[in-house]
Amino acid sequence: MSEEKTYVEDINRTIYDVIDDDSDAFKLEEGLSEDIVLQISKEKDDPDWMRDFRLKCLKIYNELEIPNWGPGVDGLDMDHIYTYVRPNAKMSNTWDDVPEEIKNTFERLGIPQAERTSLAGVGAQYDSELVYHNMQKQVEDQGVVYCDFESAIKGEYSEMIRERFMKLLPPTDHKYNALHGAVWSGGSFVYVPKGVKVSVPLQSYFRLNAKGAGQFEHTLIIVEEGASLHFIEGCSAPKYNVANLHSGSVELFVAKNAKLRYSTIESWSKNMYNLNSKRALVEEGGRMEWVSGSFGSHVSYLYPSTILKGDNSSMEYTGIAFANTGQNLDTGMKVMHLGKNTSSVVSTKSISKGGGINTTRTSVQVMPDAQGAKSIVSCESLMLDSLSKSDTIPVMDIRTDDADVGHEATIGSISDEAVFYMMSRGLSEEDARALIVSGFADNVSRELPMEYAAEMNNLIKLEMKGTIG
Amino acid sequence: MSQEILNIEKLCVSIGEKEILKGLDLKIGEGETHVIMGPNGAGKSTLGNTLMGKEEYEVTSGKVTFLGEDLLEMGTDERAKKGLFMTFQNPIEVPGVRVSEFIRNSCEALGNKMSLWNFKETALEQMKVLNMDPSYLDRELNLGFSGGEKKKAEIFQLLMLKPRLAILDETDSGLDVDAVRTVSEGVRVYHERVGGSLIIITHSTKILESLDVDRVHVICDGRVVAEGDRKLVDEINANGFEKYIKA
Ligand SMILES: Nc1ncnc2c1ncn2[C@@H]1O[C@H](COP(=O)(O)OP(=O)(O)OP(=O)(O)O)[C@@H](O)[C@H]1O
Ligand SMILES: [Mg+2]
Repeated sequence: MSEEKTYVEDINRTIYDVIDDDSDAFKLEEGLSEDIVLQISKEKDDPDWMRDFRLKCLKIYNELEIPNWGPGVDGLDMDHIYTYVRPNAKMSNTWDDVPEEIKNTFERLGIPQAERTSLAGVGAQYDSELVYHNMQKQVEDQGVVYCDFESAIKGEYSEMIRERFMKLLPPTDHKYNALHGAVWSGGSFVYVPKGVKVSVPLQSYFRLNAKGAGQFEHTLIIVEEGASLHFIEGCSAPKYNVANLHSGSVELFVAKNAKLRYSTIESWSKNMYNLNSKRALVEEGGRMEWVSGSFGSHVSYLYPSTILKGDNSSMEYTGIAFANTGQNLDTGMKVMHLGKNTSSVVSTKSISKGGGINTTRTSVQVMPDAQGAKSIVSCESLMLDSLSKSDTIPVMDIRTDDADVGHEATIGSISDEAVFYMMSRGLSEEDARALIVSGFADNVSRELPMEYAAEMNNLIKLEMKGTIG
Repeated sequence: MSQEILNIEKLCVSIGEKEILKGLDLKIGEGETHVIMGPNGAGKSTLGNTLMGKEEYEVTSGKVTFLGEDLLEMGTDERAKKGLFMTFQNPIEVPGVRVSEFIRNSCEALGNKMSLWNFKETALEQMKVLNMDPSYLDRELNLGFSGGEKKKAEIFQLLMLKPRLAILDETDSGLDVDAVRTVSEGVRVYHERVGGSLIIITHSTKILESLDVDRVHVICDGRVVAEGDRKLVDEINANGFEKYIKA
């Protein structure tokens, strides 16, 4: 990534906060109605089944209640959300074709640079549509498919997608899944054929620029038998004084003995409602790894879940959430052990500052046939002051008699002794505290590729400076 | 005396209600090596912590001038930036923060910004002096270090940060014979290469073997009760502090 992002002194929220002019973008009117859903469907030239599916989802959306157990979403008024904003750009596979202003935004975020140095493929979505999608030739030659969702749904893999689209995350699951089903747009489709190991990560970056807009990208990844992939998801938006909404949907299929790592660094602006859903289905001997850093948003509901369906399948979840002033982050993870000898290892960390609220929910289910299941969950919270709140809510539902399940939760604060020690070596109090907090997040940054670890450390430094609110 | 670097006049320090330093005087010249001895609880670490600006140590009266400026007006990080350094009797463990990351940040804060490559080269050179394995660079700061390893890591920082004045608080205690020799060598190298001044708080003589000592101060009950040259160390080792405690 660019120098300015990896050097600690040059931290600058403006990387994320620059607002592009969107006057030449095409917007559907705000709100949610059958008419709007039909217009989106027409814009996207949906196959019939998809149009019908959207309408069905809208109906479900209208029938379902707003969740009554998490942070309030009163500030989110669907009547004032633009569900579809098409940038004035056609999707391209060269950055030269991307309009200057949009290209500059992605340059600032370091995407083209990262693509040159450390990624095998990149997708870049701007508001509701992809503006860039490209993959290295050698990866393409291995038979890997990585493309925008709209092309995928009409192309060679249409049947495969139709069989799976919103089957892992059905619209009936919760209201925002239904919303997603009705108005989804953009996202990526990835298919890794049997035995193919993609050694360099693919990345999709989601940038929401338009004021008061929603982003509803759909990501569907299939990793076939014995194959492996690392997929990175990045997201950000500039700050507005009205609510923006992100309700993406990520469905992951990990076949027999396949391996998928899904890494996310999320730095939404703090007017964002991030009501996101992610789920993975893992077959025999397969392995799912989640790495998740949640830094932005006003309200988040985010619990990546994993179904360990096949025997000997496994998952590992490493996540961190930073809630600063005005943020209420409800995060965590869920795992369901269905197969025999399945295992899950979970480490969540939360940092709360300036009145920020973190709630960490973990749910471990061991179903009756899942003999020999093992699960270990550790939740650590760091409180930076007494204004902030942090809560851990573990749920365990064990239906076998030989499960080996552990849970531990700790809560701590920064020790004055450590701050004094660091200051005696020249660090300012602020830098000392930031370094201690980065240390707390170290197990997460170690799981990320170097550039992303650097970005995460920058985000931590930014939050510690409190320059954004 | 050479150019004065530190001047402490009638320093009184309390922790809570309790007065620990009771009018302490001390002068250190540029490049000099001073030794401070004294019974347990005499206030030696208190002096170090006060000079470094630790919160709970309240200066009730007296004056401290460091390089011509009022030290007591400065925050801890400013003091470090001015060139003051102290090794801790019990360096704290900071999980997740790598030794290299911490020291590189410190060097940078003190105005010595290095490229990663440059830093590594410099660090490895200093570690060699201290017989430290390069793998320490990637360990979490002081975490799970043995007592001796912690002390070595402190001297490693001394060599990397090159302060004008270093206070070594019992850097030699709890070390085996070889480690004392190594640490002593590290201090000698610092003194020779950087030419900085030293205040060595110690209960033993082994660390002093390879160093030229300019002055020895004995602290009892928060005051300097005796001063002398190197011979004073031997005298105390032979006869203890009894004579001073009575005085
Ligand atoms: N944070 C503190 N709170 C309360 N009392 C303290 C604190 N720090 C030091 N003291 C007290 O101040 C006195 C001097 O302690 P100090 O650590 O300075 O002694 P010292 O000369 O370094 O002793 P030693 O040789 O054992 O290291 C002791 O009585 C000690 O109990
Ligand atoms: Mg002491």
